[in-house]
Amino acid sequence: MNNISFNKFYRKFNILSLILIITSLIFLIIKGLNYGVDFKGGTLIELRTNDKTNNITMIRDSFNQMNLGDVSVKKFGNETDFIVKFEKQNSNDPEFIKNIQNKLSSSIGDVDFRRVENVGPKVSSELLKSGIIAISLSLAAMLLYIWIRFEWQFSLGAILAIFHDVIITLGIFSIFSLEINLSIVAAVLTIVGYSMNDTVVIFDRVRENLRKYSDIKIFELTNISINETLSRTIITSVTTLLALLSIYLFGGEILKGFSLAMILGVIFGTYSSIYIANPVLVALNVSQRTIVKEEKD
Amino acid sequence: MLYFSKLRIISVIIFTIIFSYFALSNFTKLDDRFFSKNINLGLDLQGGSYLLLEIDNRPVITQRLQAKIIELKRYFKDKEISLKNFSLNGDIITFEAQEQDLEQVSKLLNDKESDINQYYQSYKSHEFDVIENNNLFNLNYSRYGLVLLKNASLDQAIEIVRRRVDEVGTNEPNILKRGNDRILVELPGLDDPNRIKSLLGKTANLTFQFITQNSEESFGTEKLSFEDEDREAIVSKRIILSGDNLVDAKPTMNSQTNETVVSFSLDRVGAKKFGKATSTGVGKQLAIILDGKIISAPTVREPIVGGSGQISGNFTFQSATDLALLLRSGALPAPLNIIEERTVGPDLGQDSIDAGILSLIIGFLLVIIFMIYKYRAFGLIANLALITNLFLLIGILTLFEATLTLPGIAGIILTVGMAVDANVLIFERIKEETKSEKNPIIAFDAGYTKSRTTILDANITTLIAAFILFFMGSGPVKGFSVTLGVGILTTLFSVYFIARLLTSLYVVKNKEKEQLL
Repeated sequence: MNNISFNKFYRKFNILSLILIITSLIFLIIKGLNYGVDFKGGTLIELRTNDKTNNITMIRDSFNQMNLGDVSVKKFGNETDFIVKFEKQNSNDPEFIKNIQNKLSSSIGDVDFRRVENVGPKVSSELLKSGIIAISLSLAAMLLYIWIRFEWQFSLGAILAIFHDVIITLGIFSIFSLEINLSIVAAVLTIVGYSMNDTVVIFDRVRENLRKYSDIKIFELTNISINETLSRTIITSVTTLLALLSIYLFGGEILKGFSLAMILGVIFGTYSSIYIANPVLVALNVSQRTIVKEEKD
Repeated sequence: MLYFSKLRIISVIIFTIIFSYFALSNFTKLDDRFFSKNINLGLDLQGGSYLLLEIDNRPVITQRLQAKIIELKRYFKDKEISLKNFSLNGDIITFEAQEQDLEQVSKLLNDKESDINQYYQSYKSHEFDVIENNNLFNLNYSRYGLVLLKNASLDQAIEIVRRRVDEVGTNEPNILKRGNDRILVELPGLDDPNRIKSLLGKTANLTFQFITQNSEESFGTEKLSFEDEDREAIVSKRIILSGDNLVDAKPTMNSQTNETVVSFSLDRVGAKKFGKATSTGVGKQLAIILDGKIISAPTVREPIVGGSGQISGNFTFQSATDLALLLRSGALPAPLNIIEERTVGPDLGQDSIDAGILSLIIGFLLVIIFMIYKYRAFGLIANLALITNLFLLIGILTLFEATLTLPGIAGIILTVGMAVDANVLIFERIKEETKSEKNPIIAFDAGYTKSRTTILDANITTLIAAFILFFMGSGPVKGFSVTLGVGILTTLFSVYFIARLLTSLYVVKNKEKEQLL
């Protein structure tokens, strides 16, 4: 059996988490998120050039001449692959994309459009709305589930842990200007599920131990429970991270953002089930009476 | 309970074999529809175009309101009630009634049996909302009146869209309603959506109207410009013939002028109308107008009575083919706007499949090696469960012909990583139990029983997230939620049937050993 004194560091890590959350919130409020075309509207073109001498500047210059609003060009995996994003979306003009391709071919040589995404302002605001609703709904559903399964002190701990993970993950996306698109929403939802999963496993053990030992204080009891479930926590995080790492490294450029968000989420999810969820139980002074009272009802 | 009945063992094996068979059938090329099913690949994997179209209903509403004014005038005239000052302000019809008629007009408009303002029993609403202000009446579409109008125009539009897409002949297009003013068009395998986009972007409202110099024409006149020149012409508003009367159109070569034209044939009514108009209009110019632009305006040399004719107008063979196609498929009730487009080229799709499979294999191997390193014999059992799990997951997706997307593949890999969790929970619990319990069979049994609620709790939370994603997400992301959700179910099956069966066999056989786990 492991015996690490996790509880000695509750306070220190809580302060660290608080700093991380505040920093994330400041970035989220002031800098905001870097929305992709899914949520901002506009056009995204993934292109492959046949000419290896083409560089970002050349491509940006030729796009800038076309009067398409704000243009951003980024390398995308391969030497010859680029992602171009610009504000203008004119999907109603059937020739719009074709014209761009023709102009581009005449200025930098043959290009192949591997992917085109063109999202109008109405659709993008709807997608953003439904993304926010989906995340809120899943938080609410988790809250409801854990409320039914556990006592309110536990629900509060689990929910705080989830908020912690989601806010910090989004904060990191804001700080490094990583793109938020539909698949990031999927990642955030999965993080919510994973973080919950991890917290529930420890809480189940805390509850079991509360029944078993009436004379151990919650401060010590959480530590025992964390240690008892520690090897499971580590093994599951490792296998999940191995799978995610494999997606990140070999799954292609399109899945990079998704797998990165998930990797961050798993790391913070594991951390928060130990250092956010459990200190909440300590702070609320959960004891054997908390669960016994509940069971009598 | 480590004991398994024979029946249970056999059914688990049969179940597993059936789904593994379906999983494997993706890689065989049998022609049998039932025994060889395939997972559908999403547009992001097989390449193709996704178009979301929105109907612009404003012109339809205006048209209907104008028609309604005429209907109202006629209706009240028949009832010998005189109304005056009809006007259309935006979407509101306004008219005045005389003092003594107010009550009757109001009754006719608000009656549930009303002929002029239909009442829908199922919606508990009239077609129009009526607001009275002294002797002024304001009529505008009620919420449900508008819904019905939009639904009707969507039904009509989707039919036309289907005809146009079918005519182009792409393989297995998917055309669906979205809400009451949107149409989703999925075109698998289509690399270049430009042609379809330009075909769907045209209303294709075809009319034949005479060009006139006389602006005092009784039907009124309008100034229209030519399609490919900067010229304008004044045409009479009287419509001789419209696209509705066309029964066929095809591109042909005019042997005299050697140019490509679109030849058309008319139905009986159309032929009669056309014959009559051309015989009275010899010497006049007849403008052929498509969506408010004059394509050409040939001079009528002789009456055309055969019910067929030609449209000329600097066509290439392609543009003549497209025009013929548009005319054959009919006019859209209202213009369609493309509000979202996503196109993935086939080679990018293939790259995504390759990358997805590579990362699946690597992720899978990493997890398998880690589990053997950690648990030895039991790691092997967990891995066997994991492999079965993968077969079941792919088998179920195949059986239901679910759509696999790139995020869906990510969901499968994630399932691989998270599926071992349940076995880990059980094994760790068993380890704890063996400390206090010397009999391995009892310890193993306790390990399974005591971890059950935790495993259920943990999986239900992920299932909730998958569910919400399924209902809120769109396209590729939906594919992720499907694999994630199905993955949880197959995980529970493989853990509680496959792994448990193997564990019990192993434990019973090696119960004399000192440390099993």
